Amino acid sequence: MIRLTDISFGYPNADFRLQFDELSFDTGTKTAIIGPSGFGKTTLLNLISGIYLPQLGKITIDEKNLNSLSESERRSFRLLNIGFVFQDFKLLDYLTSMDNILLPYRINKVLKLNNEARKQAAKMASMLHIENKLSKYPQKLSQGERQRVAICRALIHDPSIILADEPTGNLDPENREIIMKILFEYVNHKGSTLVTVTHDHELLPEFDRIVDFKKIYKNS
Amino acid sequence: MLQSCYLAFKYITFHRGRSLVLIFSLGIIIYLPNGLKRLIHESETQIIVRAKTTPLIVGAKGSATDLVINTLYFKREKIENIPMRSMKKIQSLDFGIVIPFACMYAARGFPIVATDLEYFNFRSLTIQRGRQIAYVGECVLGSAVAERLNVDVGDSLITDSENFFDLAGVYPLKMNVVGVLKPSASHDDQAIFVDIKTNWVIMGLGHGHEDLTNNYDQSIVIARDSGGIHAGAKLYLYNSISTENMDSFHFHGEIDDFPLSSFIVIPKDHKAETILRGRFASGEFEQQMVVPEQIVNIWLESIFRIKQIFDSMFLLVGLATTLILILIVTLTLRLRKHEIYTMYTIGSSRLKIVEILSFEMIMLICVSLVFAGVLYSLTGIFVDRFINQFIL
Repeated sequence: MIRLTDISFGYPNADFRLQFDELSFDTGTKTAIIGPSGFGKTTLLNLISGIYLPQLGKITIDEKNLNSLSESERRSFRLLNIGFVFQDFKLLDYLTSMDNILLPYRINKVLKLNNEARKQAAKMASMLHIENKLSKYPQKLSQGERQRVAICRALIHDPSIILADEPTGNLDPENREIIMKILFEYVNHKGSTLVTVTHDHELLPEFDRIVDFKKIYKNS
Repeated sequence: MLQSCYLAFKYITFHRGRSLVLIFSLGIIIYLPNGLKRLIHESETQIIVRAKTTPLIVGAKGSATDLVINTLYFKREKIENIPMRSMKKIQSLDFGIVIPFACMYAARGFPIVATDLEYFNFRSLTIQRGRQIAYVGECVLGSAVAERLNVDVGDSLITDSENFFDLAGVYPLKMNVVGVLKPSASHDDQAIFVDIKTNWVIMGLGHGHEDLTNNYDQSIVIARDSGGIHAGAKLYLYNSISTENMDSFHFHGEIDDFPLSSFIVIPKDHKAETILRGRFASGEFEQQMVVPEQIVNIWLESIFRIKQIFDSMFLLVGLATTLILILIVTLTLRLRKHEIYTMYTIGSSRLKIVEILSFEMIMLICVSLVFAGVLYSLTGIFVDRFINQFIL
């Protein structure tokens, strides 16, 4: 379970401040975060992942207090437990799809890159129907294929939490449907927690819970 | 670390155009000061060694530098000739070995050095293929000449025309190549050696022609009198010397008056050298005697003063380059902000990102160093050309 309590977070030299009393996400649930731009939805995902720490308040994930962890511990925790899916995919242009999928293994010693990992990547690519695109560079892929590679990268290490920041924002309706289906199937199958920031209201019925950020936002 | 190396390698190879430009620029920046330093150092060494091994040169009064450049480096400077008689005079004093020298003509751009066999002993030049010069009209090639002109023993070389419009001037002589010298890593590799008499034949002081006594074409003969047979322009002059026409070759005038560019004197001991130099200094002879090492040192001192300017320029260029490199790195980091953020978000440490970027820099610098190294090793090849084009 992810729990954020009495949160207050602001960026240095910026007027913006994200403040709320309580927000929690049960394990295995699919939550959609909606709300106007500039309300701190992406910041929330960064707080959950431990990239940022709130100036005030407490963040716990499965009873683990993120505030008490060092930066390196938070990084390892993020790498092992959280999968990120971005709106603009954030694939590295100089790596092939396979190398992009295996990127988490190459940038941190916590994950060991071995044949098992490679097989897992190939299996996942096959599940997402991009098995014949593994040697291709991102520029040679369609938008939908790029997002599938990004999803593979997010899920390759079997995370218990998936944070998706407008994952369908750059996709056509057909691909949007496919991508969300993949994410939901994965979450249902693995029992992972999915927190998705979205502006796409057509998708909302698919989620277990919808959090309207405008309503929880506490203006200081 | 292996993974960082892999990612760095992938980045460099993917952006190969950008990487190549950086490698080329860095390589040139690393190479230039070092290459030029080597070029200057090797040129200096090569020039000084040759001057040091040549004890004394005698030539016409005038520019001592031109005299030394002509005798040591075969540059056909406009120096006044001296008569053969002046050499014989020194020879008769028995102060040491005297070697005649003339460098007045060229064949296919390479200087023709006219001397005698003593010159080859003096410079320790040995024959690699063929044999030494034995007759007038024969030549021995320096190794570089043979290689560049693709000429070997048994072939022939024609001397370059001095002036196409001078109808009464020097006719090109076809010389027979009888030998090729072993490479000596000196200017001797770039010269064509002939006997001093061959030089006089090229000058027109000696020639060979049809035997007029047995000539049946009377239109050639202008007059026959007690002084001999006078022939007209129709008389055929041989333009090459062979065993068949060799006997017809003869010189007109006194050999003692025939010209030399200079002559080299190798005194038999220090005392002989001191006396000889003293006698020249006292004005006993019409010519000047120079110690090549002294002349070359003065001359190089002024030439290589420019090196100091280069050094200070390179310091400025190095400073500017460092600033540009810092700018490039900063701009690159800015351009790659999203990529760095992605890595960080996924779980990379800042240190890991620095490690990957450092590996990229190290790889680029290493390849640039290899490129600069290749250029540096190639520099040796251009030393001769550098000396000829920029120093002599």
